[in-house]
Amino acid sequence: MGGCCPPMDLFRSEPMQLVRLIIPIESSHLTASYLGDLGLLQFKDLNAEKSPFQRTYATQIKRCGELARKLRFFKDQMLKAGFSPKLSTTRADISLDDLEVKLGELEAELIEMNANGEKLQRAYNELGEYKLVLQKAGEFFHSAQSSALEQHREYGSRLTGEESLDIPLLLDQEMSIDPSKQVKLGFLTGLVPREKSMAFERILFRATRGNIFLKQTVVEDPVTDPVSREKVEKNVFLVFFSGERAKNKILKICEAFGANRYPFSEDLNKQAQAINEVSARLSELKTTVDAGLLHRGNLLQTIAEQFERWNLLVRKEKYIYHTLNMLSLDVTKKCLVAEGWSPVFATKQIQDALQRAAIDSNSQVGAIFQGLHTRESPPTYFRTNKFTSAFQEIVDAYGVAKYQEANPGVYTIVTFPFLFAVMFGDWGHGICLFLATLYFIVREKKLSVEKLGDITEMTFGGRYVILMMSIFSIYTGLIYNEFFSVPFELFGRSAYACRDISCRDATTEGLVKVRSTYPFGLDPVWHGTRSELPFLNSLKMKMSILLGVAQMNLGIILSYFNAKYFGNNINIWFQFLPQLIFLNSLFGYLSVLILVKWCTGSQVDLYHVMIYMFLGPTDDLGENQLFAGQKTVQLVLLFLALISVPWMLLPKPFLLKKQCENMHQGQSYTLIEGTEESLQVESNHDSHNHEEFDFSEVFVHQLIHTIEFVLGAVSNTASYLRLWALSLAHSELSSVFYDKVLLLAWGYNNVIILVVGIIVFIFATIGVLLVMETLSAFLHALRLHWVEFQNKFYEGDGYKFHPFSFAVTDDDDD
Amino acid sequence: MYGFEALTFNIHGGYLEAIVRGHRAGLLTAADYNNLCQCETLDDIKMHLSATEYGPYLQNEPSPLHTTTIVEKCTLKLVDEYKHMLCQATEPLSTFLEYITYGHMIDNVVLIVTGTLHERDVQELLEKCHPLGMFDSIATLAVAQNMRELYRLVLVDTPLAPYFSECITSEDLDDMNIEIMRNTLYKAYLEDFYKFCQKLGGATSEIMSDLLAFEADRRAVNITINSIGTELTRDDRRKLYSSFGLLYPYGHEELAVCEDIDQVRSVMEKYPPYQSIFSKLSYGESQMLDKAFYEEEVKRHCLAFEQQFHYGVFFAYMRLREQEIRNLMWISECVAQNQKSRVHDSVVFIF
Repeated sequence: MGGCCPPMDLFRSEPMQLVRLIIPIESSHLTASYLGDLGLLQFKDLNAEKSPFQRTYATQIKRCGELARKLRFFKDQMLKAGFSPKLSTTRADISLDDLEVKLGELEAELIEMNANGEKLQRAYNELGEYKLVLQKAGEFFHSAQSSALEQHREYGSRLTGEESLDIPLLLDQEMSIDPSKQVKLGFLTGLVPREKSMAFERILFRATRGNIFLKQTVVEDPVTDPVSREKVEKNVFLVFFSGERAKNKILKICEAFGANRYPFSEDLNKQAQAINEVSARLSELKTTVDAGLLHRGNLLQTIAEQFERWNLLVRKEKYIYHTLNMLSLDVTKKCLVAEGWSPVFATKQIQDALQRAAIDSNSQVGAIFQGLHTRESPPTYFRTNKFTSAFQEIVDAYGVAKYQEANPGVYTIVTFPFLFAVMFGDWGHGICLFLATLYFIVREKKLSVEKLGDITEMTFGGRYVILMMSIFSIYTGLIYNEFFSVPFELFGRSAYACRDISCRDATTEGLVKVRSTYPFGLDPVWHGTRSELPFLNSLKMKMSILLGVAQMNLGIILSYFNAKYFGNNINIWFQFLPQLIFLNSLFGYLSVLILVKWCTGSQVDLYHVMIYMFLGPTDDLGENQLFAGQKTVQLVLLFLALISVPWMLLPKPFLLKKQCENMHQGQSYTLIEGTEESLQVESNHDSHNHEEFDFSEVFVHQLIHTIEFVLGAVSNTASYLRLWALSLAHSELSSVFYDKVLLLAWGYNNVIILVVGIIVFIFATIGVLLVMETLSAFLHALRLHWVEFQNKFYEGDGYKFHPFSFAVTDDDDD
Repeated sequence: MYGFEALTFNIHGGYLEAIVRGHRAGLLTAADYNNLCQCETLDDIKMHLSATEYGPYLQNEPSPLHTTTIVEKCTLKLVDEYKHMLCQATEPLSTFLEYITYGHMIDNVVLIVTGTLHERDVQELLEKCHPLGMFDSIATLAVAQNMRELYRLVLVDTPLAPYFSECITSEDLDDMNIEIMRNTLYKAYLEDFYKFCQKLGGATSEIMSDLLAFEADRRAVNITINSIGTELTRDDRRKLYSSFGLLYPYGHEELAVCEDIDQVRSVMEKYPPYQSIFSKLSYGESQMLDKAFYEEEVKRHCLAFEQQFHYGVFFAYMRLREQEIRNLMWISECVAQNQKSRVHDSVVFIF
């Protein structure tokens, strides 16, 4: 850059250098660690052809992966037990080896504890289920017995009485069967998950051909299953069957359905005894389980205190080894060779870090730092701060700047919010936006740590953009004189007043100018008049064109700076110059006409001037005359515009062709004269630089460019009219909400209607005007920058600088 | 109906088709396989797979890995994807997706029944079952003694029930008739699936007919080869062939009378699509036939993705993933048993 001005860091990306580091193997780890802290070096992968497990440090990475797995296991366990790891950013002063041992021990301990706990828990749950079975089945037996007794009694009483017809005959037979021949009914009790109970019953029925009796009772509370340890709703079942085969089948079915069976005795005394026993053991187990849980909780607590530090350490180590894997091992296996990009200003810091690493690791030789020459295009690196980064993001979203290309981000900081504000001109809305974004900025520190929602996160990231947008929209709002669509007489009285009392219905014709012109912005008297729209439209349209032409000219001028910076004279003479002339001879002239018309107050129709400038440049101007000599000027401009088209199109491809031929000639000389080294360098760079000069391709490319520019000059200028269109839409919408909601509600003289009206007005203002309109104006401003502005000069085919830095790893996890 | 799927397909099937195509993009490529084949230990395999879509499924496995763990986790991924798709699917796609699992169901039934016959532990058998072919009462299968019971007790509730109509006998189960049962069921399943796809019409029926016909023909060849030298009669053998496919019906007649592998070969070489498969094999060899068929199958499944707006992609994707899991299993087995020279024997590259 020239020495005249103070350095503008954001305008060109940082000068970068390709460096080679030769690091002794014993200090490599520490070096990588220090460089990661510094975060100003982007390593190149020198082992791209090797698969991950063939690289030098694959085993270490595997170790780190294993540690990370253990940590995830701990985290999982902690979350289940309800501990949250303590946040801490301090470094763990423990080496990886020690940590490995420690984590291994902890894991083994925890697993053992879990296994023990699980065993106990399982026994506990089983007992719990057993108790339920005892209770429920006992109830059933009890009720069955009592009803049987009753029946028996009834039967007995009937026997003593007269013989009745409704006593089943079979009963007699059954009673008379010889007890020795009677089949002994077996039974099984247990618990079955409720959702499976129907299927269970069905299968039992099918398997035994209906020769069973099943009784199920619902257990009200969900029961913890001993095997899966989950809470499940279950039924207690009791199944009677006869025969050994049926029993086997039922056992298998029980197993298949995950139904837990429990022994059960018919004897009431034994039942009571069993219940007591089970209750006693339950309470006993409970204390054991609790003690185990407490112990485990303590262990997890100690882990939780250290967890974040360990996690950080492990992640850092893994990152270091991943980086070291990108370095190539020297043939002697004593040092690692690294290549990478770093900004030139960081040279000192990197060397410092290397020196410190060499000293701290007691290495006999320090690392060697040397710059390399390369034809490869370096990465693009802008040093942004929290204010500029969001604007740079807007540019990067379109394309990352080529290395050292003029960065539109610089201008975007001002032009983006300004163009937004032209479309969003209302100082009431501007203030709302300003307050909202002020909230983000004031609470910046707190919010930047927190995890925000998707949309909030985005808004928060762009808080400074929104701040600028709101400030500018307050400014344009003052110019448009709109406060929620209401004009105010902020800068003195209106210049116009009624000529007499009869002009109350507000037409401009009834007004006369009584004072000097309203000093700033739009005269409030325009509001609500019949000619308000024609006046504003004409004003805003013309303003849009002026802004557009100005911004496009800026774009073309930036292309000059680019060409000059890269020493590309062809681009200056055969691209920049004709483009500038073409644009300005047509639309620059239009802008001048607009200004002249504003200054002179002439009533010439500018459409006609422009149209007849093309259709009949030699015709008499007639009423389209704005200034003397206009015809000549127009003829000259038209001629210039016409001549600049072939100027853009033709010379450049031919010159490039010639240049290329010269280059090849020159090279043949160096081949003979050059020494061996320069020959090598030359041929190297040659192979990178020009493979083959294809004239037709270059020509077609230039043709496309020219057509794009010529057509673009028209369409892009028209495109800037969106400034007017959106601004019109915004002001109309807000006046609709104001007039048709707020004023209408006011007119009813009813508190409820007024309140409803105010609520509707507030929601419409926030939802439609502040959110949707902001978004649409934002998008249109974005488009104007990406397309209309940046296509004049911006290549955007660079790649971003991704330094090896620990600061980045902290965020990108989970 | 044909030709207008494009108009309406995306209403219900568009999202899932996009999903399945996305999944397909995650299949391992030849470069991945080359890397995997160079692995020294199972940990290397894990490390390599952690960079693929299998990563999240393997990352929490502690270090001494086993082949079964790898296969299990990879299958789990497939099952998760399948379940996700099934949840999102509407009719008739959901039915179509369910059809895909019936094959596994048949395999599981046969596995359990054979296992119980040889008095294995049911729990152990259940672990070996393919998770896609699980159904509620699968464990109850162990209770059954003969096919009638099998049907009456358990399978009547499953979608397999209709396929049983042909093979209900009261004979006790033994290895031979279990195998016959498997093939009869599979035949009925394929025919039913085929009919279902025909009913769907459009590109789905066109593509699925092709894929299923290949499947049916492959089964016919396998049945023939496996039944050579057993007591299965020709008529019985013919009954096991599905009633569609390229070989139906004349090829089946000829296959039914084949007595050795070379006769099978001479039958198959009359059919141009299969000629190329058999021309790769030397005479009298049947070992490499499986691989040759798998390769052809993979090729056909990949081609199914070339056309849009049909359900064949779901079927093809599931099959490709299964092939991939088979490949992974083979590779990890070879690595685990230090048989790296044999790695390429059975790996079928998908891309």
